[in-house]
Amino acid sequence: MKKLLVFLALPVLAQQLDTGKRIFESQCALCHGPDGSGGRGPNLRKAKLKNAPDEDVLKKVIVDGIPPEMPGAWQLHPAEVTATAAYVRSLGKLVVEEIAGVPAAGENVFANAGCVACHIVNGKGIANGPELSAIGSRRNAKHLRESITAPNSFLPDGFQILEVTDAAGRISKGVKANEDLFTIQLTLSDGRHASFQKASLKGLRRITGQSTMPAFNSLAAIDLDNLVAYLVSLKGAE
Amino acid sequence: MKRVLLLISSIAIAQVPYERIRDAAKEPGNWLTYSGNYQGHRHSPLAEITPANVSGLKVKWAYQFPGGRNQTTPIVVDGVMYITSPNRAAALDAKTGRELWTWERPVPKDYQSIGFGRVNRGPAILDDKLFVATLDCYLVALDLKTGQQRWETKVEDYKPGYSMTLAPLAIKGKVLVGVSGGEAGIRGFIDAYDAASGQRSWRFFTIPAPGEPGNETWAGDSWKTGAGSTWVTGSYDPELNLVYWGVGNPGPDWNGDSRKGDNLYTCSFVALDGDTGKLKWHFQFTPHDTHDWDSAHVPMLVDAPVNGKVRKLIVNPNRNGFYYALDRVTGEFIAGRAYARQTWAKGLDDKGRPIVIPGTDPTEEGNLTWPALNGATIWYSPSYSPKTNLVYVATREVGATYFKRAAEFKPGTFFAGGGERQIPASEQWGAIRALEPATGKMAWEYKLLSAPWAGVLSTAGGLVFSGSNEGNIFALDGKTGKPLWNFHSGGAVASNPISFSIDGRQHVALPADKVLYVFGL
Repeated sequence: MKKLLVFLALPVLAQQLDTGKRIFESQCALCHGPDGSGGRGPNLRKAKLKNAPDEDVLKKVIVDGIPPEMPGAWQLHPAEVTATAAYVRSLGKLVVEEIAGVPAAGENVFANAGCVACHIVNGKGIANGPELSAIGSRRNAKHLRESITAPNSFLPDGFQILEVTDAAGRISKGVKANEDLFTIQLTLSDGRHASFQKASLKGLRRITGQSTMPAFNSLAAIDLDNLVAYLVSLKGAE
Repeated sequence: MKRVLLLISSIAIAQVPYERIRDAAKEPGNWLTYSGNYQGHRHSPLAEITPANVSGLKVKWAYQFPGGRNQTTPIVVDGVMYITSPNRAAALDAKTGRELWTWERPVPKDYQSIGFGRVNRGPAILDDKLFVATLDCYLVALDLKTGQQRWETKVEDYKPGYSMTLAPLAIKGKVLVGVSGGEAGIRGFIDAYDAASGQRSWRFFTIPAPGEPGNETWAGDSWKTGAGSTWVTGSYDPELNLVYWGVGNPGPDWNGDSRKGDNLYTCSFVALDGDTGKLKWHFQFTPHDTHDWDSAHVPMLVDAPVNGKVRKLIVNPNRNGFYYALDRVTGEFIAGRAYARQTWAKGLDDKGRPIVIPGTDPTEEGNLTWPALNGATIWYSPSYSPKTNLVYVATREVGATYFKRAAEFKPGTFFAGGGERQIPASEQWGAIRALEPATGKMAWEYKLLSAPWAGVLSTAGGLVFSGSNEGNIFALDGKTGKPLWNFHSGGAVASNPISFSIDGRQHVALPADKVLYVFGL
């Protein structure tokens, strides 16, 4: 009797995974990658997911999202949510990608190639670019490699460089930190914070599609491999 | 003996009789019904705050709601403000914000909001009672003075997905409500209850049963799960004794395969006799909708010249991206045009029916269409100012890829048949737009950084108030759209502003996230 149940359950499971895969590819893949290995969103090909320790939480994350970055798929039918969750778990059983480099060697590259001038890792560095202490839990190797060699290809949605001319004609340039209808906040290239009333400005130029990070495409292949391996190893406090 | 009689008669005097609400313009210092008047104008006749002095507007007091983001429109009468949050009401001293009483009703553990947030959009007032619609689908009457419950009436069973989030509409002797549940395959309705007893006076089903006109617009048994929710407060014309109400999307939302036909009266305005609930006319904005474009809007009743002759109009900037002006006596289409980006129709024909572009329905692979499911505007209120003769609407400029999926009906579960993925946030935007009432032609716009979730208030002082997702509460010049004043509230604004007086001084109130701010000069 038990055997028969298992036999019956299998096709149902396969069908469920199929449904889950279909939904994943249409709704989740944009950020988590078509194969779940991450991109703008974290790699999901892991046995343990930080924000989804059990099935109920995973389903809740799928439905509600994680504000502000992850939108919820609240429109899914509960059966579809279950199917999507099952598919996400099946990704965790897949073989983890092979990474060529050596993390310890990559740490030296990180220190010597100038990365610390803009990124903080475990409390060290300057916060001009994004904090990287847990970047390995959010981005996969392929994404990180491309971000290093072609930073403009993965700008966060809404990323803008601002050139602000104040009433006295002084020009400030920096990355937009926030904005409302009447005010705008930016982080200047030396890390200082600045805030302006829009009505008081003489000029406000928005530069989109451009990162402040230079493209590191002259790194030796082995250094790049090592650097990527180092970044992938940065998992933050787990 | 005389004394006793006097006492009895003073008790029997209704505090807010129907006539006071009908003649709301005569007491501009109070805000007596959801939209400020029965005509759905959300316009304050107060004129103390003007473009010249609005820069001096300051916070006078704030009130912190329990729970999440608040969407209440307060009622203000004779120095007291009445507010709600889900299954909760309170009376506040309008001068200080201090609580006078509170009332709460537990939300059942197995209650679920299917396809919408746990919110409440405000109370209604009539005679000596305050009326509150609850998530678990009860209409409750509270004593104005004490908050004691006077009666409760079960409107529908919440378990299959019926719920209420709206402010009731109180007309002569009756309290009207509509229901949420458009993503649960309900059969929607508009109900009227006797204000004194809580007994139901009439019910109008938004989906006609077999044998009733309109049922032929539903294939097979699809009418049974046709949705047609009624989740936003309607308007009322006391002279015509007609109630006007917006009807929501058909179910399942994004997969129309099982419900071939126009699906009346979804995505429509209906005009009902106030005494009987009998249908006088209907106008369907989006026949056979597959994008979740509810017409759950506050109808605005405006008298405006059309070809040189003043006509009784009902006007609506619709979720589907088009603006409509109809004759409110007959429902006849007068004029319409797109007021926001839309990519699903070539325009409207001479009856006001959209000329749908083939291939714009949701598909398995996804189909990019404007507007997104939350529409070019949504539940929050537009405003009409008789002073500027303009309609103001917070407009959403968002497109989305719509997906079609299988839909299987099980009572009390999500019955939607698909969904959407919006364009990136950085490409979304919004605007406060001023439109000419008889045509929908744009007079001006004030651009917003993101698609808004807050309604607008116009005032006789010549201002338009609203709020942004970024937390700004702001005032614009009603004639030009120029920004004149701003307060950073610290929370996203997802509600509707009102205006009222305290000791003869004009105030403006608007919740931002879970804080109600009250401003004055």
